[in-house]
Amino acid sequence: MTLERFLIIGAILFAIGLYGALSKKHAIAVLMSLELMFNGVNVTAVALSRYTVPKALSENIENAASFLLTGQVFAVFIITVAAAEVALGLAIIIAIYRSRSTVLVTEAADMKK
Amino acid sequence: MVNEQLIWAIFFLPLISFGLIALIIRPFFNQASVIAGPIAVLFIGASFVISILTFIERNINGTLTLVGDPINWLTIGAFKLEVGILLDPLTTTMLVVVTGVSLMVQIYSTFYMKDPGSHHGTENQGSDSEPAELGQPVYARYFAYMSLFTASMLGLVMASNVVQLFVFWELVGLCSYLLIGFWFHRPAAAAAAKKAFIVTRVGDFGFLLALMYLFSKTYQENINYLNIQTINENLPTLVSSGTLGAGALTLIAIGFFVGAIGKSGQFPLHTWLPDAMEGPTPVSALIHAATMVTAGVFLVGRFFPLFQASQEAMMVVALVGGITALFAATMGLVSNDIKRVLAYSTVSQLGYMMLALGIGAYGVAIFHLFTHAFFKALLFLGSGSVNHATGTFDMRFMGGLRKKMPITYITFLIGSLSLAGIFPLAGFWSKDEILLNAFRSGSEGGEIVSMTVFVLAIIAVFMTAFYMFRALFMTFEGEFRGGSEKDPEANPHGPVHLGESPFLMVLPMLILAIPAVIIGFIANPPGELLGIKAHWMVHTLDHSLPDSMHHLLKGESFSVPLAAVSSLVALSGIALAIAMYKPKPLISPESIGKTLRPVHTLLYRKYYFDELYEGIFVRQIYYRGLALASDWTDKNIVDRAVNIVGWTGANFGGLIRQFQNGQMQMYATVTSIGIIVIAAIFIFGD
Repeated sequence: MTLERFLIIGAILFAIGLYGALSKKHAIAVLMSLELMFNGVNVTAVALSRYTVPKALSENIENAASFLLTGQVFAVFIITVAAAEVALGLAIIIAIYRSRSTVLVTEAADMKK
Repeated sequence: MVNEQLIWAIFFLPLISFGLIALIIRPFFNQASVIAGPIAVLFIGASFVISILTFIERNINGTLTLVGDPINWLTIGAFKLEVGILLDPLTTTMLVVVTGVSLMVQIYSTFYMKDPGSHHGTENQGSDSEPAELGQPVYARYFAYMSLFTASMLGLVMASNVVQLFVFWELVGLCSYLLIGFWFHRPAAAAAAKKAFIVTRVGDFGFLLALMYLFSKTYQENINYLNIQTINENLPTLVSSGTLGAGALTLIAIGFFVGAIGKSGQFPLHTWLPDAMEGPTPVSALIHAATMVTAGVFLVGRFFPLFQASQEAMMVVALVGGITALFAATMGLVSNDIKRVLAYSTVSQLGYMMLALGIGAYGVAIFHLFTHAFFKALLFLGSGSVNHATGTFDMRFMGGLRKKMPITYITFLIGSLSLAGIFPLAGFWSKDEILLNAFRSGSEGGEIVSMTVFVLAIIAVFMTAFYMFRALFMTFEGEFRGGSEKDPEANPHGPVHLGESPFLMVLPMLILAIPAVIIGFIANPPGELLGIKAHWMVHTLDHSLPDSMHHLLKGESFSVPLAAVSSLVALSGIALAIAMYKPKPLISPESIGKTLRPVHTLLYRKYYFDELYEGIFVRQIYYRGLALASDWTDKNIVDRAVNIVGWTGANFGGLIRQFQNGQMQMYATVTSIGIIVIAAIFIFGD
């Protein structure tokens, strides 16, 4: 397994998520797509951490040890924040549903007002 | 005795009078506007006295030399525009002419203009329908304009700088416009004012171009060639150093002359002057006979060294003058309007002056200007006096006034004889010197030109004598033919009241009759006379030119045979006029009119010049050509360019608006694309 494969999978996940987030009309689907994008980023972060830091250690680059777990820690943070965001997003969706009886994002075109 | 402050006062006195009348009397004391006349007379009178003193000290005693520094008016970088007084014999002569005639005319006007509701439009007869403007308020407005005109004219002749001269040049044009259109509610007067302004502007444009060309050619930081004296005195140096080539010199001279053509009503821009007779008669006497129209002659005289340096320009001046002298005289032969006869005569006499300048007789031309101012103003005042009695200007409805208005008759006769050039009146001396100079000159390859203009001038002498005595006989002899009661086109002012005009109108005519008789002999006697040197005036004027130019001058003299010939020609003109227009004519004008029907029509219609200008230039070239072309350009190019700018803005905005649809997803898409593009630039950019 090489770094490239992980990065490609991350990129694919991110791209699918981006496409979904931009094209889906249903607010729940948009939220799900956002989750895909988070995960794409997480895969990338973890993979880079796993592959680049030991290499830097083996080459005796200064301060390399201090970056040992950065990628992994970031992934944990992102998962946590994503969970919070989904909760927040669902709350907004419920609020929209209550006010307009719909969860289609195309109906919530209030930004131009 | 006379110092610079006093000479400035000549200019400022009429200006103060204008300010007083226009800014104080007319707005606040209009009920008492009667005092406007005396105020104007008083100020001009003071101006006149100083002018006479200046004339005596400068031209006769020769004790006056002006050393005053010019006043700095404008500084642009190193360029300084200075205003000041140029006091040479030409200026002092003009000062006397302008203030003298102006004074007489203002005295005359105090009565002529007083008669409320007189001398104006037929369109709204009867005092009921006339606007309130036509009562006494007119009086103050009239004298305000007249004072402003006099001040501008004095400023014009005193100007030491070309730009200063041009400013006053335009100011007199403005005053002429205001005064021709004085009875602006009459369509004919309004149209005549407009015509005068526009036609003279054509000439002014040439003047302005020449001015700019002169400046661009000669501008140097240390010498200011816009100063008239500087340029006249430095001309030989300028030419020899190559600053001014022969071509440039000719162009500048011709440009100045085009301005003079417009102002002095020379062919082919003469059409405005006869129409300008729509103005009040004293205005015609002052502006369109004695002063403003001579500004063109003055301008050529002012830059005479410049003209002398270019033989081509001199030839043009001489030929245009000669052609105008004859051409205008022919139209005067058939005109029935007494003021128009005088107007054509003015154009013709201005042609004489130009002709004299063109053949190099500088002093003689100014001498003729000097004498002409007096007798022509006299004739105009006489026609005003006749109009006062009969209510019309059409000579077909006059006649028989000799016994009713003896003083007017005698002064008019004196003016006519003087204009016709009969010995020993003023006109004789000046006109004869012009003819003599045209006859004798012929040096430097100008024989053909000077012979041509001599022939033109001598024919014009005959015609001048004829039309003046035709006018005199039609007006004063025979039976009275009804005046304004018969003339359908007259602008009557109450019933016809045949009788001599009031004292204040007769007095200026009597005073002007004196110089009309003696001034030619006194100012320029053919021999030593009572301490006056022979040909004193012409000599003084000629010798005021820069020394380097003296060899080009013709000098002055008097020839008895030529005087006899010209007198004979004039007398035969008078004789023909008497034969045709005396109460029982030997030759019937009608039969001649029938025989020469086409010629008569051609002259009566003024050679169709008005039709040419109106029909061809204005309607065809201007309306159909230039105006349509500019209209098309405006609509299709200018407007479209503006529309394209607006259209682009509107549609570009519409394009952008498509993205601003309020959909979060659209915003995110645009952002994403933006990020991708930026990333692509970072990755592939190098």
